[in-house]
Amino acid sequence: MNARRSLVLPILAALGAGIVFGLGLGISQMTHPEKIKDFLDLASIPSGGWDPSLLFVMGGALLVAMVFYRIGRPPRRPWLSGTFAHDWRREIDGRLVGGSVLFGLGWGLVGLCPGPAIADLSLIPAEVIVFVAAMAAGSWAVGLVRAARANARVSAVPAE
Amino acid sequence: MEHFAPLSAAAGGVLIGLSVGLLWLASGRIAGISGILGGLVPAPLKDAGWRLAFLVGLPVGGLTGYWLATSLFGAPSLGLPSIEGGLGVALAGGLLVGVGTRLAGGCTSGHGICGLARLSPRSAVAVGTFMATAASVVFLTRHVL
Repeated sequence: MNARRSLVLPILAALGAGIVFGLGLGISQMTHPEKIKDFLDLASIPSGGWDPSLLFVMGGALLVAMVFYRIGRPPRRPWLSGTFAHDWRREIDGRLVGGSVLFGLGWGLVGLCPGPAIADLSLIPAEVIVFVAAMAAGSWAVGLVRAARANARVSAVPAE
Repeated sequence: MEHFAPLSAAAGGVLIGLSVGLLWLASGRIAGISGILGGLVPAPLKDAGWRLAFLVGLPVGGLTGYWLATSLFGAPSLGLPSIEGGLGVALAGGLLVGVGTRLAGGCTSGHGICGLARLSPRSAVAVGTFMATAASVVFLTRHVL
């Protein structure tokens, strides 16, 4: 694989994957906050007003994804890169649980998670643009604080 | 169940699974949206190309799917997506989702689909936690407050 191919092909693959992912979100209407809230509203089950769509979306996606993850595993390699980049951590810590609580608060409040919010940008609703900007700023701020702390730790080690 | 459309929901889910599979087999990457977005900052510049490409693809597919849901799959038309409560709620919710998913290392796609498909215990805990929290918020805002 020459240098240019190795640079361009992963970008095209990611573009294609992003389009197919967005198609899935749009077709299943997970792009609509009221559908997400209608799923999360478990108290509406007795009255018959509950919308189980999200279970069908996640179920379909999970089944298909499981097949692909079985096919693509070490010692095989991805078509376009050297290694499978996966988070192999196993520990369950405060960050995982606390972060998931914060995410759940925002998800329940608005009815949007990251994928649908970004997919909705094509329809240009003002609130969604604000939501995505705040989401990116929040995530990047945590990333920058972490990087600064890691740097501080490195420079705090006395030079020999 | 006025809006429940099982056919379009399952078809959409299969497409999302195919996208996850494509990114994995081609590039060895996890199709977790919060991770793809969050990984832009701070990150080496050479890593930004595929992330931006995926993030540009999402709304392109989203717009097409928005149209196909009703025209091809017969799902009820829902109009344009909007956020109840306006700009203030959008701002607060966006910050919570951004900070929370970064700390937790994933969202509905990264933990909910990719992680569960790999039978990751971390992802199972994350999914249970954010589902329960979000359902509680919806219960409070719809039935209590």
